[in-house]
Amino acid sequence: MTTAVDTDRPADKHARRPSAWQLLMNNRLAAVGFYVIFVIVFVALLAPLLPLQDPNATSPADRLLPVFTDGHVLGTDQLGRDVLSRLVWGTRVSLLVGISASLLAALFGSLIGLVAGYWGGRADNLIMRGIDMLMAFPYILLALAIVAVLGPGLLNALYAIAVVNIPFFARNVRGVTLGLSRREFVDAARLSGKGHVSILLTEILPNVMPIIVITASTTVGWMILETAGLSFLGLGAQPPQADLGSMLGQGRSLLFTSPMISIIPGITVFMIVMSINLLGDGVRDTLDPRLRAGALNRPMPVTKINRRTTPEPPGDTGAAALSVTGLETSFESTAGPQPAVKGVSFSLRKGECLGLVGESGSGKSVTALSLLGLVASPPGVITGGTVTIEGRDMFTLSESEISAFRGSKVSYVFQDPLTTLHPLYTIGEQVAEAVRAHRPVGRSDAWSKAVELLKIVRIPEAEKRANAYPHELSGGQRQRVGIAMALADDPDIIIADEPTTALDVTVQAEILRLLQVLRQERGLALLFITHDFGVVAEICDRVAVMRFGEIVEAGNTAEVLGNPQHPYTRRLIACVPRPGQGRAFLDGVRELPPETGRTGRT
Amino acid sequence: MTTVDAISVSNLCKTFGGTRSLFGGRSHEIRAVKDVTLALNHGETLAIVGESGSGKSTLARMVVGLEVPTSGEMKIAGRDASALRAKGPRAFGQTIQYVFQDPVSSLNPRKTIGSILEAPLKRLKGYGGPRRRARMKELMDAVRMPTDALERYPHEFSGGQSQRIAIARALAAEPRIMVLDEPVSALDVSVQAQVLLLLEDLRNEFDLSYLFISHDLAVVEAISDRVAVMYFGEVVEVGSAERLFRSPQHEYTKKLISSAPRLETPTG
Amino acid sequence: MSTYIAKRLLAAIPVLFGLSIIVFLIMAMIPGDPATAILGSYATPENVEKLNRDLGLDKPLPQQYLIWLGNLLQGDFGRSFTLNRPVLDEVLERFSATLILAGTSLVLCTVFGLLAGIVSAVRQFGWTDRIVTFFVLIGISIPSFFLGLLLILLFAVRFKLFPASGMYAIYGGGDLPDLLRHLFLPAVALAVIATGVIARLTRTAMLEVLRQDYIRTARAKGLSERKVIYMHALKAAMVSVVPVIGLQAGFVLGGAVYIETVFQWPGIGAMLVKAISTRDLLLVQGGVLFVAAAYVFVNLIADVVQSILDPRLKS
Repeated sequence: MTTAVDTDRPADKHARRPSAWQLLMNNRLAAVGFYVIFVIVFVALLAPLLPLQDPNATSPADRLLPVFTDGHVLGTDQLGRDVLSRLVWGTRVSLLVGISASLLAALFGSLIGLVAGYWGGRADNLIMRGIDMLMAFPYILLALAIVAVLGPGLLNALYAIAVVNIPFFARNVRGVTLGLSRREFVDAARLSGKGHVSILLTEILPNVMPIIVITASTTVGWMILETAGLSFLGLGAQPPQADLGSMLGQGRSLLFTSPMISIIPGITVFMIVMSINLLGDGVRDTLDPRLRAGALNRPMPVTKINRRTTPEPPGDTGAAALSVTGLETSFESTAGPQPAVKGVSFSLRKGECLGLVGESGSGKSVTALSLLGLVASPPGVITGGTVTIEGRDMFTLSESEISAFRGSKVSYVFQDPLTTLHPLYTIGEQVAEAVRAHRPVGRSDAWSKAVELLKIVRIPEAEKRANAYPHELSGGQRQRVGIAMALADDPDIIIADEPTTALDVTVQAEILRLLQVLRQERGLALLFITHDFGVVAEICDRVAVMRFGEIVEAGNTAEVLGNPQHPYTRRLIACVPRPGQGRAFLDGVRELPPETGRTGRT
Repeated sequence: MTTVDAISVSNLCKTFGGTRSLFGGRSHEIRAVKDVTLALNHGETLAIVGESGSGKSTLARMVVGLEVPTSGEMKIAGRDASALRAKGPRAFGQTIQYVFQDPVSSLNPRKTIGSILEAPLKRLKGYGGPRRRARMKELMDAVRMPTDALERYPHEFSGGQSQRIAIARALAAEPRIMVLDEPVSALDVSVQAQVLLLLEDLRNEFDLSYLFISHDLAVVEAISDRVAVMYFGEVVEVGSAERLFRSPQHEYTKKLISSAPRLETPTG
Repeated sequence: MSTYIAKRLLAAIPVLFGLSIIVFLIMAMIPGDPATAILGSYATPENVEKLNRDLGLDKPLPQQYLIWLGNLLQGDFGRSFTLNRPVLDEVLERFSATLILAGTSLVLCTVFGLLAGIVSAVRQFGWTDRIVTFFVLIGISIPSFFLGLLLILLFAVRFKLFPASGMYAIYGGGDLPDLLRHLFLPAVALAVIATGVIARLTRTAMLEVLRQDYIRTARAKGLSERKVIYMHALKAAMVSVVPVIGLQAGFVLGGAVYIETVFQWPGIGAMLVKAISTRDLLLVQGGVLFVAAAYVFVNLIADVVQSILDPRLKS
């Protein structure tokens, strides 16, 4: 193989992924929905072949027979027509109209959405204003207005329902198309010589298709409901033709004497719509990547703990602010638990800065989050080890006990301050909240403490800026706010998870300097998670190198960087270009031995 | 024959926004690129360095025809860019190609690698079926990927592998010039080094000229012949890589160099 | 803030214009002679000719629109030929009945939808979540007109707890308790679908927000779980829920057509259905315009509430 030089982790090759159909059928509710609607459609399709009576044959002598009468299982209506036969034929009409309306709406709506989203700018503006106008009408009212003009009738009802649903498709499709047409693969296709039509049809449409299917499967139930509604009002199917809605509408006048005549078609509509909705939800869950793999599971306040091992921390923990022994963290998945941290041990001394360095997937961030149970769970589980702070094992604490540690003894500073600060609260409120989290401080006192903290992290005009929202600040200032929040309750330990990765170099240098100063002034212990050896060299006293969930080498920063012992560390350091090295760097890379010890994706 | 610059731009400007809205107010105007004059010599690697908002990516996108300059002149391989643009997207693609920062988002998730590579071979080179298949295999070899990758989908590959595939797609057009927009920024260090090495080898093998956009000074020093530093839309300093890193002239360049975290280890 | 509200109010004006254009165009699409269509087939030729002149139907379309709009703005919505009274009088009378019904339903679906959604998200996969999810599924699948009939059968016919129809009792009614007794069943029937939709969306929005990085930050601060959920997560979730409540106003106002018909509630919906079947198009037009304007207004409120919640929208 010619791939030997690639040190990259191999992606899971040929991992058997269940097909979309299998996934759908694994969803029990969706499967139930599918079978119910399948049977209903099957019966409706076979209506001409079934031994049913003529649905329109009146027989005044047999009026309003109750259900389970001989020859009329579901009874007869006010004209003596067989209800069962009318039900089957009516279902046929309702399904046909509902599904046709969805197809029409899907076709035209998607086209409008694709065009508006792809071209953007003025065309988009114009089209979407028009769509907004349509949506400014209450949905059913617009359908009524259209039927009012076209005149009552089944076909007109179909058009009306299709028209009022076009905006839903147009909006959904346009949103996705807009996002996609800014993606780089569209630019790449343009540079590959593709024209607009070709890009739209072969690059964008395949990616939009799932959204069209999702929208269709979640709205077809509505459309059946709405057509039934128009017929119920006497504006859809006209006698003698009947659909479920008109059967219900005609039965209404007999509600008090023969309720079954309305109840039977009503229940049928309900069954159809419910099974389609169940199936539609299943289709959505299967096709929407955001909903796959439990993306909508509520994370617990503390990571689930299910330890197989609880090793004793090393005897001498007096000097350590934090000591970690044999920490193991896994992620639960359908293929069983996937270990992310496999027995990590280290200790952080008081006032020291320890760097935890590794590439993506090395488990460094998971390690950091595990310490105070902040790994999202599900799917995260702590499966072993102990984390000792002030002589207490963090994994034996109750939820409220661990909350008492969070922010007061140990604070976190996270990577991207734009997503880690709450977008809807001012920075002053967020810092003040951290001040009040563990102490009975009044609101105004907390606010002035917050302003003071913002000054400490060198936010200019702190009194004024305290009233700003995170989106009004630059990236570097946001990260200063993150640090101010971490300092709020005078912690002993700060865990900083890639705090400068999202920042420009010049800003990064300032933030690192700030952290250094604060650490020295306050005697803080700092656990610094990073992928960048340069940053480690700059700020850390000691460093631990992680790979595939394990620490492969640890020691004093100067020793590890200057004289790495483990081949992985050596290799990593060789891959970092150094100032002054110039092109010699690439020659060095060329001479590196091929990487060993691949253990696959972690 | 090397007298013609691969790319030369003069007084190039790009302004976003500033259009009149319906009610007469002007939308906020951003001058992303201000009066930039630069030349990429044939066969060299010119790096454009800058932080976010410096306009380096906008400059790169203009050079390959993905953005239209507000004013100024641009020559690609000696030909006027506006003339190229008039001929349609194909004309640009045949002379100059682009490698994007995020390899995952630059590959269409619903197409196989084969069909991704096929587009430029068919539309830009006009090759027939058998020739296309042969070229695809050569391209996979060139970027050190196995040929069975052609039948697979992008999600089956890691970041580094995806970037190799994206490079192969750019090479498929047999361009003379490549614009590399932060091609290794999204990758882990060890992968980054390998991709840089690959780029260097390809440049020699196919006699390419590179415009290399990056925010990472160390990476830039490792691969470029000359460096241009951009700051708020302007080029503040240009010079040979060796000179610029040894004795930076402009204040901003100095700040940039001193800010870069460095591994203080004895060399060797 | 007030400038933002003023801006939104201004932005509502073109929407109202757009509405009027759509209604005008729909009316202009009527096949055949509009005057006959408007006056009904029993109209005398003189009346038809007079109406044609009054409506300016001999003029080009844009001019016709302006005349039409000018009349509307002066309060001239035309005359209903079936009721033989000005459209505006009839519509105004019935509009209040619709607002009472739809407004009550909107309040019901907002309160119960939010509560159900929050509880269901917080107790995800617990038994409350299962029960809520089950009822939500039924709620969004049952036709409201069918539900109305079932409620009548059960609570009016079987248990005789509530009256089956109307807004006030014919004898001795007219006070608030009487109105509430009549309002209960139709308001519930109308609110069920919207409650389901809001509950579902609130649940999803809460679950999505609870996975955000800033929730992890709130936990890392050591905040109690109650604060994390009800201060941090709920506020952020409301940003996406509020516009949906605005949308539900449309479903409630539109759904009033069915419910008013089923419960013989003297509102605009029931009027519209009758007007459509008698082809009294001026009445249809007046009713549609009023309800649509009410909907625009509700969405305006939703917009403003959303902008109060989310400072990012103002910049």
